Amino acid sequence: MSTNGTPLVEVDSVVKYFPIKKGWLSREVGRVHAVDDVTFAVNEGETLGLVGESGCGKSTLGRTIVRLLEPTSGDVKFRGRSIGKLGRRDLRPLRKEMQIVFQDPYASLNPRKRVGSIIAAPLQIHGVGDRGERRKQVQELLETVGLSPEHYNRFPHEFSGGQRQRIGVARALALRPKLIVADEPVSALDVSIQSQMLNLLDDLQGEFHLTYIFIAHDLGVVRHVSDRIAVMYLGKLVELSPAEELYDRPIMPYTEALLSAVPIPDPDLSDQRERIVLEGDVPSPINPPSGCRFHPRCRYMTEICVQVEPPLADYGNGHLAACHHPLNVDKETLERVKVSKLHTPAAADESAKPRDTSGESHPVVPES
Amino acid sequence: MLGIVGDSGSGKSVSMMSVLRLINDPNMQVEGEVIYKGRDLMKLDKDQMQEVRGGEIAMIFQDPMTSLNPVYKIGEQICEGILTHQDIDRRAARRRAVELLQQVGIPHAESRVDDFPHQFSGGMRQRAMIAMALANNPDVLIADEPTTALDVTIQAQIIELIDKLKDDFGSAVVLITHDLGVVADIADRIGVMYAGRVVEFGAKRDLFYDPQHPYTWGLLGSIPRLDRPKASRLHSIEGMPPSLISLPQGCKFRPRCPHAFEKCLEEPDLVSRVDKRDHLDRCWLDPATKRVARYKTIEGGQAA
Repeated sequence: MSTNGTPLVEVDSVVKYFPIKKGWLSREVGRVHAVDDVTFAVNEGETLGLVGESGCGKSTLGRTIVRLLEPTSGDVKFRGRSIGKLGRRDLRPLRKEMQIVFQDPYASLNPRKRVGSIIAAPLQIHGVGDRGERRKQVQELLETVGLSPEHYNRFPHEFSGGQRQRIGVARALALRPKLIVADEPVSALDVSIQSQMLNLLDDLQGEFHLTYIFIAHDLGVVRHVSDRIAVMYLGKLVELSPAEELYDRPIMPYTEALLSAVPIPDPDLSDQRERIVLEGDVPSPINPPSGCRFHPRCRYMTEICVQVEPPLADYGNGHLAACHHPLNVDKETLERVKVSKLHTPAAADESAKPRDTSGESHPVVPES
Repeated sequence: MLGIVGDSGSGKSVSMMSVLRLINDPNMQVEGEVIYKGRDLMKLDKDQMQEVRGGEIAMIFQDPMTSLNPVYKIGEQICEGILTHQDIDRRAARRRAVELLQQVGIPHAESRVDDFPHQFSGGMRQRAMIAMALANNPDVLIADEPTTALDVTIQAQIIELIDKLKDDFGSAVVLITHDLGVVADIADRIGVMYAGRVVEFGAKRDLFYDPQHPYTWGLLGSIPRLDRPKASRLHSIEGMPPSLISLPQGCKFRPRCPHAFEKCLEEPDLVSRVDKRDHLDRCWLDPATKRVARYKTIEGGQAA
């Protein structure tokens, strides 16, 4: 982790609801709780992985961070500056600093434009250089992402999925941003191409000092790229932890289940390990379950989970989780756990103390 | 259960669809034979084929979002298959449809049978697809990437379901996937395809613990693994799969293979080169050399 402690992005109790409208008066009849009170910070030079099942709000959150969507309430700060309520004009200079790579390389490139003009578009909008300079820059970018400058005049359909995703990355890089939100950049690609892409993103991070917010549902991929990982469920942040720690000692039962669902390409290991198969689907975000949103699918569920929503608590070492029955936590830590609503990485560091990692894996009810 | 693994465009789906003669392009040429219970499926006439297809050999398609007809109720779509192949009345077919939906784990099947596909989630649609495929107790079930469009948690549910139903219905299953992790779980034998050819074929354990083809090594090495310490860099297979219009001469993997040598300009046959007779591969390299070369690719995590 090459961080110097200053958060580049602060997400402060961000809420994003999508209204559901009906009838000729467009009365609001309900709300999709896409992102519900999420708070975290991303340090400069860091990669934060954002994981969860489809529909858990990870893409919405990603888009809210780069202000493609306006938060319903709460705020996003970029370098300490609030951007949640900025207007179009004020946002423009900030757009240079943060870019997004979209999920689907087939839908996110205009099929009628040539690759050159797709990548040059952000340069043109921000009035960078003249025509000749832009052309030169685009050709350099093409080389940076592993394509050939001769591809300048081709159309997107002439490229394979992996190459298109490289074009998407080149476009995001064009303005030399500080932050790139990568929204499932590899989920549409084959494994052999996926690993090329991950290595490329890794190289670029070093070369351009990028900060990534890496959205994915594949925990194997997320572990490979991330310094810290945030797990979302139905719009809520349920666990936030340094990457390796999350895999060694998941606290939230949902994380445990997610990890055990990842197939391991080794028959013997696969036979040995215990698999937790979650029942049912993710409930509707229009009408999320009471209390802990995960309780209908949780195997440790008790009465308190139905009634009280667990707050995001700090378990030390920057490991936060929202659960009434935390796993892999020893008694001592449990008693020490302070229930804090605010949890900037700085605050987390203060409470970081060496911890007993023996870990009991049976659920323990915290004293509240 | 047979697993078929390969990148997109390696011909996994096409080969299975040809088995069922589902490809209807006048420009298509299919050669060879598909022997099912002593009969060559390629030589059957339309009506005979119709009986086999859906009745004895059924298929689960890849994308549950697009492979169900949005304007018919789930129940009607399941009944259609039952009525085509079995001589029963509509009410019995409907009862059977409800029963099938229960078997694949759809809650409140009696009422959900009258839902339209858009009222089902992705996982439930895939379950409905499976119910449809199982409607006539097929002897062979072909599952074409049944979990690719789904979340890991739902994927685990579906894989477990297919594994269980395989035993309940006594069907043979062909599972097509690009995820080696999925086949490691449930397949008995595995075929790896590259550029339209099977490049390696063998029992699951042989394939995972003694892989013979450099492409298989590359696949194994490319996966970020949860069961191992984090690699600083993933192995990646350089370049892209060749265009199927102009295939390279000799071994089709040669241009991307770090171990290629002169002999690779000749295409190797799919034969056994190790002491196990049912472990086949298409690679000229000497098995002893391979043992040394592949270690770096699979275990090292570094580009070979």
